[in-house]
Amino acid sequence: MENDKLKIGPKEFSSRLFTGTGKFASNDLIPKMLAASGSEMITVALRRIDFTAATENMLEYIPKNVTLLPNTSGARTAEEAVRIARIAREVGCGDFIKIEVITDMKYLMPDNFETLRVTEILAKEGFVVLPYMLPDLPTAKKLEDAGAAAVMPLGSPIGSNRGIKTKELIEIMIENCTVPVVVDAGLGKPSHAAAAMEMGADAVLVNTAIATAHDPAMMGKAFAMATRAGRYAYRAKMATVGKTASASSPLTGFLR
Amino acid sequence: MSFYDEIKNYNANDIDTYLSNVTNADIEESLSKRKIKPSDFLNLLSEPAGEYLEQMAQKAQQLTVQNFGHTINLFIPLYISDYCTNECIYCGFNKTNKIHRQKLTLEEIEKEGKAIAQTGMRHLLLLTGEARDVTPIDYIESAVNILKPHFASISIEMFPMDTDEYRRLKLAGVDGLTLFQEAYDKAVYKKVHLSGKKADYHYRIEAPDRGAAAGFRMISVGALFGLAEVRKEAFFTGIHAKYIADTYLDTEISFSMPRINPAEGGYIPDYPISDKTFVQCMMAYRLFLPRAGITISTREKAEFRNNLIGIGATKLSAGVKTDVGGYARRETNATPQFEISDHRSVDEMAEAIRARGYQPVYKDWQMEMFG
Repeated sequence: MENDKLKIGPKEFSSRLFTGTGKFASNDLIPKMLAASGSEMITVALRRIDFTAATENMLEYIPKNVTLLPNTSGARTAEEAVRIARIAREVGCGDFIKIEVITDMKYLMPDNFETLRVTEILAKEGFVVLPYMLPDLPTAKKLEDAGAAAVMPLGSPIGSNRGIKTKELIEIMIENCTVPVVVDAGLGKPSHAAAAMEMGADAVLVNTAIATAHDPAMMGKAFAMATRAGRYAYRAKMATVGKTASASSPLTGFLR
Repeated sequence: MSFYDEIKNYNANDIDTYLSNVTNADIEESLSKRKIKPSDFLNLLSEPAGEYLEQMAQKAQQLTVQNFGHTINLFIPLYISDYCTNECIYCGFNKTNKIHRQKLTLEEIEKEGKAIAQTGMRHLLLLTGEARDVTPIDYIESAVNILKPHFASISIEMFPMDTDEYRRLKLAGVDGLTLFQEAYDKAVYKKVHLSGKKADYHYRIEAPDRGAAAGFRMISVGALFGLAEVRKEAFFTGIHAKYIADTYLDTEISFSMPRINPAEGGYIPDYPISDKTFVQCMMAYRLFLPRAGITISTREKAEFRNNLIGIGATKLSAGVKTDVGGYARRETNATPQFEISDHRSVDEMAEAIRARGYQPVYKDWQMEMFG
């Protein structure tokens, strides 16, 4: 597995577990979680960062070797998301951007249409665009065409911890997408992350389940191990699952 | 269609009958559901559900952490004028109260804003009494423009306005609208709002609709606990919040839970509410709308507020002055709108939040990014 790096845009990642900065009981827990999990990319809501330095700046808790993935949380339109992305770049958060355009505050479902519009604009401006989306192949293909560096379908509603409820749709994306597929949102347990990776997802992004655990560092490590286990299983080409016992050749044995 | 039409679907007498017939089995069934309906919400608000408070709190805690994490958002109110043309019998700004009235000049507003910003607070709630001649929309808009550079988010808690007026303030940079119906019970509403524009129940109850239509991102609703029968008031508040969340999908909804404290004029509430019932209403809100914010103001005592961290509260104010000009001036002869019980500074509040294993969040918005 030495040569199993994940390439997104100009960067390569050894860890296929991406993490987030929201919901932690204290910012001190973020570097501890990063160290324990080995996660090399972490997403941060730009709206949470206090650039006036009036209060604590969360970015100071993220080690320099970890890639920052600012997100456009709070955006309801493509225009707002574009504005946030440009601010992120101006303030030195780099070129990576996770597009999050949500027009439904009840279920927090991403708006694929607006997301596609943002991706078209930002990819042309040289951003490394990772759009968070409802798993839908036609949209994913359009996002690829628009220049998305990866696509990030949700496993189940964000923060719900319900696992991969959109399994069939994500499998179709995995089979057909040429950019990496990162399962984002809804992964509540390490076994969910393992399942996503076994399916062939290129990476997973987990925040709530880690940040709200009693011990976020240990949970980060658990997710990292599960993510690796799932990836190993996928690479090892798992035996297919049968519903009945299988004797060697019950139907065609007579031909030997 | 507005909430005024929606609320007609509910008959207060039917609710009373329903509430008096709730059984333990009903409550247990509601508690076992992942998503609850208005009838379940009523079950949880019923008197016998008081016996299930610990179970409700366990569930509320889990839902709150899942949706908000171990964080508490901080905000601070700023009163810019206490002139008022209303006669609300429970309020310190009541026009018949012979108090020294003040309206801050724009320079004074900026001074207040700077004084507040020094405490680290980045989310501001701007308030006035209702006196359109003294504090017209132009004045409020100018106040917002002057305060904007000092804050990441500005919400308003003011008299209800027309959609166009809300839209103007939204364009000026206001993100959120807090507007309490005070009493959903129409008869009580009439009894406690003797005169002034506020006596118009219909205009007030539709204000959150107008605010959402104007594009405010966050709408906060609430009943003033103590004015009317609390279980029904909490029910209607919940139904109102759900209606806004269902009708305006892109609006974040939250509950405020103001409870009457003695104001100038010494109003004694007809329906005083115990801490236990207060917490029951809060748990019912959380279980009914798991993603809704819940704001607990400094009307409540410090220790009580500390205990609400983690079981449902998501937003707390701190370092609060409810008298006009209270932040920049050392001494003030202004009358507060209501008495506050929790006098802790911003730093003290933040420390108390940390002591409970939660992160105080000063900033969760940036107005230049949105709108």
